[in-house]
Amino acid sequence: MNELFQGIWFGLAFTIAAYFFGKWLQKHVSWIHPIISSAGALIAFLYLTGIPLESYEQGADLISLVLGPATVALGVPIYKHRALIKERFIGMILSIVCGAAAAVITVFVTMKAFGENAELQYSMLPKSVTAPIAVEIANTIGGIPEMAAVFTAITGVIGALIGHTFLRATGIRDEASQGIAMGTAAHGFGTSRCLTESEIQGTFSGVAMGLMGVLTSLMLAFILMIF
Amino acid sequence: MKAIAGFAILIGFNAAGIWLHDELQLLLPGNVLGLILFLAALWTKIIRLEWVEQAADFLLKHMLLFFVPYVVGTMAFFSVLAEHWISILVSIVGSTFAVLYVTGYVAQKSQSNSAKRPLTPTETRKKGSAA
Repeated sequence: MNELFQGIWFGLAFTIAAYFFGKWLQKHVSWIHPIISSAGALIAFLYLTGIPLESYEQGADLISLVLGPATVALGVPIYKHRALIKERFIGMILSIVCGAAAAVITVFVTMKAFGENAELQYSMLPKSVTAPIAVEIANTIGGIPEMAAVFTAITGVIGALIGHTFLRATGIRDEASQGIAMGTAAHGFGTSRCLTESEIQGTFSGVAMGLMGVLTSLMLAFILMIF
Repeated sequence: MKAIAGFAILIGFNAAGIWLHDELQLLLPGNVLGLILFLAALWTKIIRLEWVEQAADFLLKHMLLFFVPYVVGTMAFFSVLAEHWISILVSIVGSTFAVLYVTGYVAQKSQSNSAKRPLTPTETRKKGSAA
């Protein structure tokens, strides 16, 4: 029994199984995001069986390795929609830079106000950025990648859940602007949500998500260079 | 075959980004540098879109899967989360509202200033990334 949970196969197979379980569950219970159900199922399983996290990570770390090439793949949608970006270049870059600044400043100020330590602050700074980039930003600036991952997921869930209601309530009704705002604030979760509204929104959101990742990385690198 | 070549290209750019990051001690993450290099290669037509499209679509479609282990990894930090959950939740919710509003407001303002025209079919085509 115990050998089964040693080596790389356990983490590898169980993560993939949990992921498809999460996808399947979402088809039936649409409000449960697959990241919550799949990670939740794995955490519950490890807790109940008492299998140490380290045994799981032997195989699971191989899956995380794919985040690198997956980040590079974000270039494809950006390049495909280059005509769109070119047309609204100033507006998109300007709004995303403002959004990135708003994210960094508000997290910094609120976490400071609560008197939280630097490690936790740094882990939260990239919370609006798409997960693979957020994890690496946290790594680079001295945060905890796992914490960044969970903050990113919480941000995505909240953004996808209430984003559109909030935007409409504040008078932001333009389709493209809603898409840009959702992609900037809630990365992939927001983009999936936008695709259920309209294709225009989804496209703008997806492009904004990629640009947000690059622009936040540049902004934080710049801030670190100065201080 | 095409997909395998595509994966190799994406892995290569990621590796190049990580190498640059380590070698030049840059503050940008390696994968972001890889993405920037990759975009430059697409724009200059060194890399053709059709070489990488299939592999990229696959990776973007299953982005959530690659991210699951990190969320499971927070198990080790449950005590930290339990202790700081109020400040964490307040910061995230407050900041998310701020980002939504600021981005949406600036995007809407800058858009109404520029000329409006209907989108072409390629622009409205569905984009399928998930994470």
